[in-house]
Amino acid sequence: MSLLTVEGVVSGYGEMQVLRGVDLRVEDGEIVSIVGPNGAGKSTVMKLIFGLIKPWEGRVTFAGEDISGMAPEQIVRRGLCYVPQVDNVFPTLTVEENLEMGAYILDEPLKARKERIFELFPRLAERRNQRAGKMSGGERQMVAMGRALMLDPKLLMLDEPSAGLAPLLVDLIFEKVAEINETGVAVLMVEQNAKRSLELAHRGYVLATGKNQVEGPGAQLLGDPEVARLYLGG
Amino acid sequence: MVGARPLPRSRALRRAVSSVLGSRWSLVGLLALIALVIVLASSAQGVSGTRMLGLVVRGVLLGGVLALGALGVTLVHGVLKMANFAHGDYMTLGAYLALAIMSVLPPGRSVFGLGFGYEFLVALVLVMPLVGLVAYGLDRVTFRRLRQRRSAPVMMAMAALGVAFGIRSIVYMVFGADFAFYYQGRPRPVVELFSGVRVRTDQLFILAFSLALIVLVYLLLERSKVGKAMRAMADNPDLARISGIPTERVVFWTWMVGGALAGAGGMLYGLDVQLRPEMGWWLLLPLFASVILGTIGNVYGALLGAFTIGIVWQVSTAFVNPAYGPAAAFVVMILALLVRPQGLMGGGR
Repeated sequence: MSLLTVEGVVSGYGEMQVLRGVDLRVEDGEIVSIVGPNGAGKSTVMKLIFGLIKPWEGRVTFAGEDISGMAPEQIVRRGLCYVPQVDNVFPTLTVEENLEMGAYILDEPLKARKERIFELFPRLAERRNQRAGKMSGGERQMVAMGRALMLDPKLLMLDEPSAGLAPLLVDLIFEKVAEINETGVAVLMVEQNAKRSLELAHRGYVLATGKNQVEGPGAQLLGDPEVARLYLGG
Repeated sequence: MVGARPLPRSRALRRAVSSVLGSRWSLVGLLALIALVIVLASSAQGVSGTRMLGLVVRGVLLGGVLALGALGVTLVHGVLKMANFAHGDYMTLGAYLALAIMSVLPPGRSVFGLGFGYEFLVALVLVMPLVGLVAYGLDRVTFRRLRQRRSAPVMMAMAALGVAFGIRSIVYMVFGADFAFYYQGRPRPVVELFSGVRVRTDQLFILAFSLALIVLVYLLLERSKVGKAMRAMADNPDLARISGIPTERVVFWTWMVGGALAGAGGMLYGLDVQLRPEMGWWLLLPLFASVILGTIGNVYGALLGAFTIGIVWQVSTAFVNPAYGPAAAFVVMILALLVRPQGLMGGGR
C-alpha cells in the first residue's frame, strides 16, 4: 500500500479547471519530485492533497484512508504536513513560537521536539527568540520546514523550497531535505529547479497542462528526451 | 543625459525628508508638540497647573477604560479581519447586565474604603464571561456566516452596525432611556493624590483593575498557547490553518477575551460616570481612534493609543465644551495619520 495516492484528480479554482487528471503516489521513505513548466498546476496539486481545494473528480488517500475533503487540522493529525511556497512563516512570532504553532494540536510539552528541530537547523537555535519576519529568505525557509516537522510527519510536502534563494542556500536546503529523508520521512516536493530536484529524488513526475505526462526514477527522467522536450530544454 | 544627473540626488533627498517625516519619532514629536501647545494655551488662558494635572489624571483613568475596549477591537480585527462597530455596545451591554445582576443581589456595605459593595465585584466576575459568550454567540449567528461566504469588509462592518443598533434597542426596551447609577446617594470616598489633585477611590480601583486586565492580556498573548495562536492567526490565517491550529477555537477565545474586556470596561465606565443606553456607542469613535492611532491589529499600539486619546479628551475640556472631548481626540488621530498613516506601531518605512 502506498503512503499517498492521488487517483484521477480533476480540480481547479471556481470555474477555472487547472488539473485535468493527475495520478501519483508516494511510497514510505521516498523522495518524490514534481517538475513541470509554470502554470502546469504543480502548486495546485499540493493544495489539493492538503485539502485546501476540493477534488471535482478522483480521490486522495493517505495511509489507506480517503482524505479528500478533510480539514487541515485532521490531515496533520494523520502525519501529513505542508510547507507552502510563500508566506510560510508567522512574521511577528519568534522562531520558537513558529515551531510551537506547528505542534499546536499536541497537548504535551514541546521542548524535546523543538530541540530536535534546532539540531537539524543549528542556525535557528541561535536565533530562537528572533521574530521570523526579520530573518533572511533561507532562514525563513528553515523556520517553515521546522514548523512542518514538529509533528514528526510521515510525509512532508514542500512547495518550491529553493525558490528565490541564493545558490549556496539552495545547496543547503537540498542537503537538509536529504537529511530529513534519511530519518525516514517521505518527501513530496514541487520544484522549478528540475535538475537539482530530480537528482535528489527517488522518483519524479513531469506535470504539464494539468496532467502528469511522464513518470519515472529521477535520474531516468533527467536523461529522457521527452522530458527535455516537455520541460527541461523545450 | 547630463542634464538628468541632479534628479536622483533630489529624489534621494525627497525620500530622506519623507522618511524622516513619516518616522515613528516624528509622530511622537507631533504628540509632544500638541502637549506643548496645550500647556502654553492653558497658561495663556489662566488654567491652573493643578487643574491641568487633575485633567491629565482623569485622562489616564479614561485611557484605562478605553484600553479595555480598544484591546478587544484590535484583537478581533487582527484575528478576524473585521471592524467590529458593535464593540462599544458590548460595553453598554456589560454595564447594564451588571445593573441587572446587582438589582437581584442583597445590597451590601461599601468595602475597602471604596464607593461600592461586594455586589459590584460579583457582577464584575459574572459579566465578563457573559459578555464574552454573547459576543461569540452573535459571531456565530451573524459574522461567521459572512466570513464563510467571504463577504466584503463593508458587509461585515454593516452587519456589526446592525448588531450595535440591536443591542442598544434592547437596552432601551428593558432599562429605559434615562440615566442610571449603580449606587445612588451613596458617599464616594475621595483621596488627595498630590497637592490639589483629588480623585475618588473608585477611580483608583478602575485604573488598577484596568491595568491588571491589561497585564493579564499581555500574559495571555505572550505566554499561553491560545494567545500565541491568536497572534499567529493575526499574522497569517492561511498558515494557521495549514499548521493544524483549530481556528474556530481560537475565534471563540478571541471573542471571549474581547467581550470580557468590553464588559469590564463598560462596568468601570458606568461606575465612574453613569449608565446610559448610548454610552458605549459614544465610546466607539474614541475606541477606533485609539486603535488606529496605535496601528490597527497591534495590541501594544492600542494601549498607547487609548491612553493618548484619553488624556487628549480630558485635557481638551479645559478649553472647549466637554461635549467636544471625543472630537478633540479624533482631531489628534487625524493629525497623527497625516504624518504617519500606518499609526504608531506600524511597520514599513
